[in-house]
Amino acid sequence: MTASTSAAGGRVAIAAGCRTPFAKAGTVYRDLTAVDLATACVRELVERAEVDAAWVDTVVMGQVIPSVKAPNLAREVVLRVGLPPAVPAHTVNRACASANEAIAEVASEIRAGHAQVGIAGGAESLSDVPILHSRTMARALVESSRARGMGGRVRAFARVRPRDLVPDTPAIAEPSTGLTMGQSAEKMAKENGITREEQDAIAYASHRDAAAATDDGRLPAEMCAVLVPPRYDDAVTGDNLLRRDTSIEALAALPPVFDRRFGTVTAGNSSPLTDGAAAVLLMSEERARDLGYAPLAFIREWAVAAVDPGGQLLMGPALAIPKALERAGLTLADMDLIEMHEAFAAQVASNIQALESAAWAKEKLGRPAPVGKVDRSRLNVCGGSIALGHPFGATGARLTTTLANELKRRNGRYGLLSVCAQGGMGFAMVLER
Amino acid sequence: MVIPETVPYAPLRGPLVREIGQDGVLVLTIDVPGEKVNTLGKAMMAEFDALLAELEAPGSVRAMVVRSGKPDNFIAGADIKDFVAIRSAMEGEALSRAGQALLDRLEAVPVPVVAAIHGSCMGGGLEMALACRYRVASDDPKTVLGLPEVMLGIIPGAGGTQRLPRLVGLRAGLDMILTGRTVKAPRALKSGLVDDVVPAPALLNAARSAALGLADGSLKKERGGIPASEWLLRPVIFRKARQSVMEKTGGHYPAPLRALDAVQRGTALPLPEGLKIEARHFGELSVSDVSRALVSVFFATQDIKKDAGYPQGTQAREVRKLGVLGAGLMGAGIATAAADAGVPVRIKDGSHEALGRGLRHAREVYDERRKRKSLTGRDVAKRMDRLSPTLDYSGFRRTDLVIEAVFEDLDVKRKVLAETEAATEDSCVFASNTSSLPIGEIGRDARRPSRLLGMHFFSPVEKMPLLEVVVTPLTDAWATATAVAFGRRLGKHVIVVRDGPGFYTTRTLSPYVNEAMRLLEEGAGVEAVDRAMADFGFPVGPVVLLDEVGIDVGAKIAHVLHRGFGDRMRPPASMASVLEDGRLGRKNKKGFYTYDGGKKRVDDSVYAALGSATRRPFEPREIQDRLVFAFLNEAVLCLQEGILRSPRDGDVGAIFGLGFPAFLGGPFRYVDRLGARFAAEVLEGLRARHGDRFKPARLLVEMARDGKSFHA
Repeated sequence: MTASTSAAGGRVAIAAGCRTPFAKAGTVYRDLTAVDLATACVRELVERAEVDAAWVDTVVMGQVIPSVKAPNLAREVVLRVGLPPAVPAHTVNRACASANEAIAEVASEIRAGHAQVGIAGGAESLSDVPILHSRTMARALVESSRARGMGGRVRAFARVRPRDLVPDTPAIAEPSTGLTMGQSAEKMAKENGITREEQDAIAYASHRDAAAATDDGRLPAEMCAVLVPPRYDDAVTGDNLLRRDTSIEALAALPPVFDRRFGTVTAGNSSPLTDGAAAVLLMSEERARDLGYAPLAFIREWAVAAVDPGGQLLMGPALAIPKALERAGLTLADMDLIEMHEAFAAQVASNIQALESAAWAKEKLGRPAPVGKVDRSRLNVCGGSIALGHPFGATGARLTTTLANELKRRNGRYGLLSVCAQGGMGFAMVLER
Repeated sequence: MVIPETVPYAPLRGPLVREIGQDGVLVLTIDVPGEKVNTLGKAMMAEFDALLAELEAPGSVRAMVVRSGKPDNFIAGADIKDFVAIRSAMEGEALSRAGQALLDRLEAVPVPVVAAIHGSCMGGGLEMALACRYRVASDDPKTVLGLPEVMLGIIPGAGGTQRLPRLVGLRAGLDMILTGRTVKAPRALKSGLVDDVVPAPALLNAARSAALGLADGSLKKERGGIPASEWLLRPVIFRKARQSVMEKTGGHYPAPLRALDAVQRGTALPLPEGLKIEARHFGELSVSDVSRALVSVFFATQDIKKDAGYPQGTQAREVRKLGVLGAGLMGAGIATAAADAGVPVRIKDGSHEALGRGLRHAREVYDERRKRKSLTGRDVAKRMDRLSPTLDYSGFRRTDLVIEAVFEDLDVKRKVLAETEAATEDSCVFASNTSSLPIGEIGRDARRPSRLLGMHFFSPVEKMPLLEVVVTPLTDAWATATAVAFGRRLGKHVIVVRDGPGFYTTRTLSPYVNEAMRLLEEGAGVEAVDRAMADFGFPVGPVVLLDEVGIDVGAKIAHVLHRGFGDRMRPPASMASVLEDGRLGRKNKKGFYTYDGGKKRVDDSVYAALGSATRRPFEPREIQDRLVFAFLNEAVLCLQEGILRSPRDGDVGAIFGLGFPAFLGGPFRYVDRLGARFAAEVLEGLRARHGDRFKPARLLVEMARDGKSFHA
């Protein structure tokens, strides 16, 4: 479809959103790839929104740990879902904000008038991460494949020692500091004085609100079922990480993981390793109207910010949020709803603390007053990543869909979402209706 | 390799274009003017004759390459028109001898001849390629080689039965000759049928350099031939081949047996002697009833494509997306066939379990083909990706055609029709896959009756080659055209019939099945009835069929037809009593036969429900007459009432949908062969003994009186 330039500068509508149920890595989706999950999700998004495939101008998807076999996930999705092969697609990586980045890129294209209709989202399969050979083993394999004759092929392995046979599984750690995400959260908790109680309270609220939103049908309405091949007799119809039976006491009983003696970050107040996919359908406001869609919400503004990973790694949102609000010409107090990605309860608490802090405002933003108070009753009203799970590449699209749906349901005006990401980055977006 | 400059060698007229390069290679391009595919007709034979005379004389040509000028076809075979014109066995034999002589000369020309094969290379085309010294094929999936003659009731008559086994061995040769099975290039290379396989764009150069290599002796061809091991095993190989033919044909088709004889005796003799045997069999088969019948069926299927049951010029709409309601056996089968043809399918059912079973059905069908190497793993994945399951009507808005395959109940079907009309655009065609309910009744409350029709598929949909499209007086022509085009896209023979209870196929089958049940009531054994009909030529007997379809389904259909046609179609009481006995057939592993995993036997306990455990013998002839003439009479009634548009459609429908013996040419051809008068007399006789249900159709009586036949 040729995009008309007349739409340039118009608003970007979120017409629909869809996600797969999120599942603990290594469980129901263990035999699927991220492309499989993304395909199931985007197909259902297209079906439910009754999209004519010929409308779609572009597809951008996020994935954090790409498969070596299909590094451009978005393009595979286009071809597998049956969108026209002429639809270009690319895959982006802004760590845990990858789906947000995908949404921002499609929104930019629509704003520029380069596209009218686009699909953006992301997927992750932590059941299907590439397991690497050691450098020595890898070199031997490459040399062997190039060698002539049996002798040469065998000789290539002469340098390989038993320790080289141990596969190298990538850890979720910061390459520049070597600290894992959990260790970073632990550091933030300690330096910001975030108590174990506060973290567990955030985790408890996450499960409680997610359970409520599941039971009343709000979250299931955003999900598609996944029938798992090759037998298709397992139908995955809901998230499997949610714990309805959890309590403050149960959470309090869990041992800290990253610092066994003085730590406060536990498996209970962190987001788990998750498989899943999520996507949204974006359109120019004009096109949405012409096609008869009633948008869930519009994208008002967004911003990305970054901090030094050597400091407090996951504080990006506290910088991105004021930046996005400023671009939108709005204040935190204007926000009817806030969706904040919960990598760790400690990170949520730390960012809220910063937003409410005069010192943070003065030092980091050069502002006389704090960004604003975060009303906890408007925060993550359908639960968050701790309860629902966090497929890195997909989470941003889940947040966007839930925020847009909930804004519409509550007839709110403005909504804010934020995501912290590896490398010290933060993403924030403002939606409006 | 650089293509040498070429100069025209002869005027560019007729089907053969000759170009000779500076390298001395004559490239002969076969391109029958005005036709989509090349066939070997009399005109071409004459031109070939002249060409051979030139090659036989010493000259400047060093080698020859034979190729086709058609995009995806080498040679489709001999011109069937020449074949149909044969009047006597002697004439047929002479035609065969003439073809053989021409190819003998081709084989014997002093320069090497290389066949460059791209696209289908069938029958006479393959026989010509076999007479070349060397064969290069393109690796394109469209390149298929085969000898399909047995499918027309004849055998290859231009040396195929002799040269093929001498090239690839007995087993590989028999497999192709006796079944008509085609092979693709990689398999042909493996068996030695072709000498090299190359990418299509490199085909001509590869053939040319092979021709030059053969000419200067730098390329030595390894001769294939019948391996020594096969010489030792000859008796076993032929015995097994015969057994397999008998199992598949029930002895009703003489051609494979004659082919077997030609190979068996011919390969034990020098080639010229073998060719004589081949020609004699060819001649006799060419005027046989079976061959005539099979050829008529072939022509009917071709003809039906031109006259499809809607006004000429009606534009079919492309089905870019299909909706299927119901993921049961039929729904899943339709979805499987559609996805196979490249159509995206949204398939709806009431539960994830049902949807999962539907997807599994598709996956199993494709996986089976992957095992047989006709699909790759990627092909399977692509097809599965086209299937999109749903519990609601979301995703139906963009469908161009929706086919319902829900429970066979009028109210249920009316309900899904209304729901579909609400969920789709006005241009969407709604088709019911009902096997018996009148489409007009389903559409009583339709908002868009002009887009409503029946698409009656047969089970298993992936395999059964017929689609019966049922139109009402309100159906728009474009909707009919769309359904017909879609059926063809799925590879089906499509007949268009008028609406009525059971349409054509189900209606015709019903008195036949009723009669079988009646015979069981009268004391006939289940096996006796089934064996009599299998001997007649049906693939399975009526009682096995009832078990497979489901006795409950059969009873339901019988009820619909009884309601529609009255006493004539009254189902025997035993149908209900068998059902009351808790027998549904294969689906609940309890029917007329046993389904305990062991060998299928008649479940003797069923006889209690059929009146008495004691059975008495029936003449197979009586069983056959009662069932077959009930069937024939009903077919004629369908024509008389205008349900059928033509006897041709009736023949095609019965053969491809119901398994009516193809060697009889279909019910109308069969009546023609028997003579209308004879058929009417048999029916009157049956009527006198068994009642008015055998009353011959008025049309049949009139034809008997006027001495007419259905087909010209």
